[in-house]
Amino acid sequence: MLRMPLKQTQRIISTYTGDTSGVCSALYELSGMVVMHDPSGCNSTYSTHDEPRWYDMDSLIFISGLTEKDAIFGNDEKIISDTVNAAKELKPRFIAIAGSPIPYVTGCDLSAVAMEIEARCGIPSFGFETDGMRSYVHGASKALAEYTRRMCTERKESDELSVNIIGVTPLDFSVNGCDKSMRKALENRNIRVNSVISMGCDYKDIENAGNAGVNLVVSSVGLECAKVLKEKFGIPYCIGTPYDEVFTDKICGNIREAFEKKVCFDRLSADGNSKVVIIGESVTSLSLANALSVEYGISAKVISAVDTPRELISDSCIRATYEDEIIPIISDAEYVIADPMYKPIVPEGAGFIALPHEAFSGRIYRKDIPNLADGIDVIAREILKGRQI
Amino acid sequence: MNRIREFGKTEGACNIGKKISECSFPAPFASGLEYSSPARGTWNIVHTGMLIPESHQIFVCAQGCLRGVVLTAAELGMSERFSTVAVCENNVLAGDNEELIIEGVSDIIEKLPKKPRAMLIYTSCIHHFLGCDLSHCYSVLRERFPDIKFTDCYMNPIMRKSGITPDARMRQRLYSLLDVTEKDDNKILFAGGDFAIDEENEFKRYLVQCGYEVLEIQNCTTFDDYLELSRAKHCVTTFPSAVPAGKDLAKKHGMIHTHMPMSFDFEEIKSNYRLLSEKLGIAEGDFSEIERKCDRELSELKSVIGDTPIIIDYTAFTRPLSLAILLLKYGFNVTKIYADAFTFEEEKDFEYLKSSHPDIEILPTVHSCMRTNARLSEKKTLAIGQKAAYFGGTEYFVNIVESGGYFGFEGILKLCRDMKEAVNTPKDTRSLIQIKGMGCCGCH
Repeated sequence: MLRMPLKQTQRIISTYTGDTSGVCSALYELSGMVVMHDPSGCNSTYSTHDEPRWYDMDSLIFISGLTEKDAIFGNDEKIISDTVNAAKELKPRFIAIAGSPIPYVTGCDLSAVAMEIEARCGIPSFGFETDGMRSYVHGASKALAEYTRRMCTERKESDELSVNIIGVTPLDFSVNGCDKSMRKALENRNIRVNSVISMGCDYKDIENAGNAGVNLVVSSVGLECAKVLKEKFGIPYCIGTPYDEVFTDKICGNIREAFEKKVCFDRLSADGNSKVVIIGESVTSLSLANALSVEYGISAKVISAVDTPRELISDSCIRATYEDEIIPIISDAEYVIADPMYKPIVPEGAGFIALPHEAFSGRIYRKDIPNLADGIDVIAREILKGRQI
Repeated sequence: MNRIREFGKTEGACNIGKKISECSFPAPFASGLEYSSPARGTWNIVHTGMLIPESHQIFVCAQGCLRGVVLTAAELGMSERFSTVAVCENNVLAGDNEELIIEGVSDIIEKLPKKPRAMLIYTSCIHHFLGCDLSHCYSVLRERFPDIKFTDCYMNPIMRKSGITPDARMRQRLYSLLDVTEKDDNKILFAGGDFAIDEENEFKRYLVQCGYEVLEIQNCTTFDDYLELSRAKHCVTTFPSAVPAGKDLAKKHGMIHTHMPMSFDFEEIKSNYRLLSEKLGIAEGDFSEIERKCDRELSELKSVIGDTPIIIDYTAFTRPLSLAILLLKYGFNVTKIYADAFTFEEEKDFEYLKSSHPDIEILPTVHSCMRTNARLSEKKTLAIGQKAAYFGGTEYFVNIVESGGYFGFEGILKLCRDMKEAVNTPKDTRSLIQIKGMGCCGCH
């Protein structure tokens, strides 16, 4: 029987947050209104599994409630007028329209929809061509990049070093205080934090992002935004998540050099020959690999299971999403560090270290998500202990 | 923190609620952008599908759509009965969705540690729009895996407002794997509810007394038990969304279908019982004693609850208006009903309330304004249902979805007990209402 080669099945493991939710997560705290152009489902999925702030922090995230008839007849007027009506009532600072599978299939022009909305209500509006078929990294990075491109309009040069921490959403950093710890880690090293994009800051901080001397990209969600700020204001950027002490020292060294020499530190790699495998998002996983190496002498390689910036893909950061792709890579692993929902596919001979990831297992293991900015010993200890045995 | 207050209406209140006298039937509110409240107790199509024992679910959808269902299964601890095939941009462009379904499902079946008796394959809106030839897919799969029964299920919320709803469709598909078999005159199938009807329900007990065996999918522990459901001569539905399932069972299996809508009206309850008794050819049962007990319990409950405001939502019972009428008749202070629309079974109740209690407030649950409206009650309030508890900002609530198996007079007695407990004992609303698929943990 002839079978097509297939890489799109998951027998048992989970699925990462989609790009539509990524837009919502990135823009959640910026006092805007995000409309997912979707029949239903995107809203409950986002609010239940992708958004830990939903219960306690109000944000205007809605669905359009697209119907079969409106999709077939191209009735874009429905989402336009519904959005304008809601905006008149709720008065958001901006409006974002994020696409889902059916608008993608019918070729709905979301940028044009956004332009029409803006023309009618005078509120800055964005259309994001998401389609629900890519990961949150795609949606969230588009959202931050376009928001910054349009809303950050000024730059005040300063001799004092300050940094924007870019790419912070609960999808990668949960709500365990990691955003605050990263800020504190830089401030403890005498680097002023201008903004954290986009958690724990309001829109004013982010619209002043142009005033920073350097951008620190702490997840792949932040890279496009950093590139926009470089293109717009010439602000250099560094890639790396400040995990634990020694690696954070190194990142801060890079930040200072970037500030002085106006150069970017835009590469991050690990050890492609290592038998310790980290599965997750590229920048945070590569940073964990680096932190394990410099802090504990443990080498690791990375499987990036979501959209990955081209410059980060290497033999030490392999792009793989489906079980068929991941299983061969981890077949001879000594340790696998990954979300608990990966455990069923980890070979029996490999040690498994649980590192829950909100974007993969949602709220299930939320209380167990470690704040790695405060230290990675929780991960290292298990490997060192296992090796002693 | 409430960031809305930084830029929106400072007190966050849209005047979206309406007096029932100002409402139109069945949809009191204009459609618009929709909000999703954190109340998650109602079941979705994953929960419903899990009722078929020894079955395996495969969802074939875009990543964003898979996310909610894969985690539904995981939160139930049912990941081993759940798999996915992701539809990607390349499949939309290449038009190879039939191949993706056939090969994706085959690939998963071959990797399963044990072959399931049945496969529920859920396709999505995108297949509907791309004109995917699903018949071809199922035909190939049935040929390839003759020992497995396949059925087509759908996650197509784009059909939510046209034709049969995805929820009703799922209840219909739940019985699609049954074979056409010889009927047993003494078996009655109660079909289409999330929960089995309470064992203590007076009519269920009466049927047993009359020699009938009541069958329900919730009581099946093996796939063979499930197949036995087809032997029922009669099928009974109690939810409007279960009616298509009942009609299907009548058409395909020759069952005699009776719809006995869940009701809180004593006369309607008895009339439903009378209807089925006539069809069965049995004497009308005497339920006067339990009816009197209901009367006493309601009066006693009123003395406990007094004038405490009561708010009700449509996820607790599909007939919130019928419940409101019952409570109002006994003097309870029903103040608000949360419902985005009403079922046609509620039309008479709606008209009655409109004239008898025109000031009762009707509020939506998905309207965009509900995101910012204050979720606080000025005084102690008793909510019936999770959404009412959430929007009413109360910790005194009856935690129930889809009737919770309550039915008839016994259902009213159980609800009285729950209301009495709820008004005296505060609950952790935040934690309880966010649990998905309330009561589904007992799935096989």
